[in-house]
Amino acid sequence: MYSFDIERPTTIADAVAALGSDEAQALGGGQTLIPTLKQRLAAPAKLVSLSGIAEMQGVCVADDGALCIGGATPHAVVAREAAAAYPALAALAGQIGDPAVRNRGTIGGSLANNDPAACYPAAVLASGATIVTNARSIAADDYFDGMFGTALEEGEIIVEVRFPVPEAASYQKFLQPASRFALTGAFVAKFADGVRVAITGAGEEGVFRWSEAETALSHEFRPDALMDLSVSADGMIEDLHGSKAYRAHLVKVMTARAVAAAAG
Amino acid sequence: MPKVSMTVNGKAVSAEAEGRTLLSSYLREGLGLTGTHVGCDTSQCGACVVHVDGKAVKSCTMFAAEAEGAEVTTIEGMAAPDGTLNAIQQAFQDHHGLQCGFCTPGMVMSAAALLEENPTPTEAEVRHYLEGNICRCTGYHNIVKAILAASGQDVSGIAAE
Repeated sequence: MYSFDIERPTTIADAVAALGSDEAQALGGGQTLIPTLKQRLAAPAKLVSLSGIAEMQGVCVADDGALCIGGATPHAVVAREAAAAYPALAALAGQIGDPAVRNRGTIGGSLANNDPAACYPAAVLASGATIVTNARSIAADDYFDGMFGTALEEGEIIVEVRFPVPEAASYQKFLQPASRFALTGAFVAKFADGVRVAITGAGEEGVFRWSEAETALSHEFRPDALMDLSVSADGMIEDLHGSKAYRAHLVKVMTARAVAAAAG
Repeated sequence: MPKVSMTVNGKAVSAEAEGRTLLSSYLREGLGLTGTHVGCDTSQCGACVVHVDGKAVKSCTMFAAEAEGAEVTTIEGMAAPDGTLNAIQQAFQDHHGLQCGFCTPGMVMSAAALLEENPTPTEAEVRHYLEGNICRCTGYHNIVKAILAASGQDVSGIAAE
């Protein structure tokens, strides 16, 4: 690693101020950033750790029924504390990485990084969640901006994520067993006014909504409703683990499994 | 260089650390606690697992500065002060839960975290929990058996392989 200073503010205001200096970067749980730094793929002058900010920790249910998760909340805490209010989201959090990774990695860190094979982006997009930063609220549909791209401005911090809780939901991940990321994952969320489907791990532009499936499932929430749909291989990721056609196939398979699990 | 202070195995400690100093380096080089092993240094293998405020973490993927003020437990803190092994360590010895032994500190620390959460896990739960701990000797069978034995369950029916 190149040399850098590290600060550990205890308030959002202090963190925002610290991030105002040149070449400063936020540090969530570090489960992606620290390996990146070790490979010298990033060279910040200063890291601002968000792990000491109490107001960014924890899970609660708001008056409007939305599930609110602090941006610095580790996956293990979401897996435990969101289980009653939003079981599909808790199950997703409980399948990220391994137990030690889940004790450090955070929801805000995952969303700020927007890895094209990460799990949380699928939950956020399928749920129509709201990303609350120190400066504004961003709708999920406006937040994700291509592979590793987001609507976040320089120095902007995710302080909370607000999830509307669907009537039924499931996340089904086809595990890439070495990395434990999704080779392809589908999050299906059924709300009173329709169904949302988000796919991760498959698209070259990162997480995306599968609108044809949403229309079909909003009409009839059964795996069979997907039977006549086909997914184009154009724009899918291709790597040594799977071809474009393989991933396109998995999109449909994993969505059908998610519908079956949610409807069951 | 700034000093980082924490409690390690019940003792207040303080050592110099750069911003980029990993918790694993702080423990091994700063404090001389070399029981925590660094295998892959890329957060895959789990040899470096320690507990920070009671939670298992990979100490190669956390900065020392992030553990400022924390309660840290390493493999050196698992046995009694007189050297008597704890139940998990003793079970690893009794059931030959190691071959080369390099992964053992991380295995024991992960096992301790598992049994804290789930005192009587099934074999499948033990294997699932150890996803982030790699034994390069592939000696998982007796590791799993040792952890089940440490939880007080009867392992006499599990063949020694």
